[in-house]
Amino acid sequence: MMKFLKRFYLAIIFIFLYAPIAALMVLSFNSSKYMSRFDGFSLKWYEAMFSSDLIMSALKTTLVIALISAVVSTVIGTAACIGINRMKRKPRAIVMGLNNIPMVNAEIVTGISLMLCFIAFGVSLGFGTILVSHITFCIPYVILSVMPKIKQLEPSTYEAALDLGASPFRAFWQVVLPDIRPGVLSGFLMAFTMSLDDFIITHFTKGAGVNTLSTLIYSEVRKGIKPSLYALSTVMFLAVLVLLVIANLPKGKKEFAKEI
Amino acid sequence: MGKKSLAAPYIVWMVGFIIIPLLFVVYYGLTDRAGAFTLENLAAIASPEKVRALLRSLKLSVFSTAICLVLAYPLAMILKGLHVKKGSFVVFLFILPMWMNFLLRTMAWQTLLDKNGVVNNVLAFFHLPGLHIINTEAAIIFGMVYNFLPFMILPIYNVLIKIGDDTVEAARDLGADGVQTFFRVIFPLSMPGIVSGITMVFVPALTTFVISDLLGGGMVLLIGNVIEQEFTFTANWNLGSGLSLVLMVFILISMVLFAKYDRDGEGAVM
Repeated sequence: MMKFLKRFYLAIIFIFLYAPIAALMVLSFNSSKYMSRFDGFSLKWYEAMFSSDLIMSALKTTLVIALISAVVSTVIGTAACIGINRMKRKPRAIVMGLNNIPMVNAEIVTGISLMLCFIAFGVSLGFGTILVSHITFCIPYVILSVMPKIKQLEPSTYEAALDLGASPFRAFWQVVLPDIRPGVLSGFLMAFTMSLDDFIITHFTKGAGVNTLSTLIYSEVRKGIKPSLYALSTVMFLAVLVLLVIANLPKGKKEFAKEI
Repeated sequence: MGKKSLAAPYIVWMVGFIIIPLLFVVYYGLTDRAGAFTLENLAAIASPEKVRALLRSLKLSVFSTAICLVLAYPLAMILKGLHVKKGSFVVFLFILPMWMNFLLRTMAWQTLLDKNGVVNNVLAFFHLPGLHIINTEAAIIFGMVYNFLPFMILPIYNVLIKIGDDTVEAARDLGADGVQTFFRVIFPLSMPGIVSGITMVFVPALTTFVISDLLGGGMVLLIGNVIEQEFTFTANWNLGSGLSLVLMVFILISMVLFAKYDRDGEGAVM
């Protein structure tokens, strides 16, 4: 009975989290453009999505920004973890405290502060300012997932590699990196996801003429949103789902079966 | 291993893109359009319309944080009971929704919660009373819980899985019953996760302008909406910055709690 209740509760929460996703998927095949009724199956919104320059350019901007900010924040963040770990107690506490600011601060304040700063220094808002802002809020997540791995590292293995004649770079690449790889990977993925899903900070740091998917959707909401945007997000969501399932299949099958 | 200087690029980045921008908010918040020092922008929060927005934001965010906690804690316990590895598929299912744009997901609730929407049809099927919350404060609370629930689940779950079975067994061996074990052992040990979950839900809920925009039908103004309008609509940056500073007082209170319980950042999202 208890077991049933637990599964029931788990199922309810999953339905709660995934109901809107299911709704958007269904509506992306709707031949009517109204959200309130389903008039029949159609692929026209998928066609409309591919032929819309507005959507395609927003998609490209979103993906390019997410990719670059994930790469840059992973590199800066991982390097910073190694450095921070070597610091004395006090400076380390200060740096980690500052690192918490973008995560704890309100996104609206982060967005406003970056906007004011860019404008004060005469930087015109656009692709570059969105990118810098995204890197800024992504690094803390990288640090959060890499730091625990760095702390678990055995310092002697790195020193042994140096003693055996490896250059510091090679010692890092061949000895340290394999140990911290899971943390680096999850930091990268987290950064990519956060950048992809961000609206508020982008809203304040983007200039006129540049749109990510989020800002495009926000501006469309007021004019009446077109289901081609549902089609796009359905494609993106399914692509990620498939990738994840494939990545999880070899090791995860048994575990997944056990979990369910 | 490595050198301290590896942190240098990030420290420069933080100064340039975290600290200096925040100083600009302080500067704009404490000056008028001509650049002279003033406290007017801070005092503006006392105007009836803004006080109402701030109080409403506080009310809705406290409610939604409490609901998130009540929903998330049992869930985290259940997930812990599954004894799966960290980073497993089930845990990932809570992050996965973020891959569909949150504006669209939030908007979809408008359709689902509609008078003739799916939710009301399901409720009617079970002969339950319908929900009529669209464009009300309740809809905004609903949207907040929906959007921020994973931020409550993950930190609590991350703390709970660190509590070893031997700790629980020790409590049982010493004669504690299930209820005592929970309230005297598990719950106190999970406090860091709860605190970090609360900050991670409360701050975005307090400061949101998007959820109220999408689910409140533009009828329910939160403090986030007021600030956003100062920047994008009326273009009074000084006033907007001043109100942001007031808002940051509340965030600072959360941050102090956050720093106290979560020194290593271990309870946070990942």
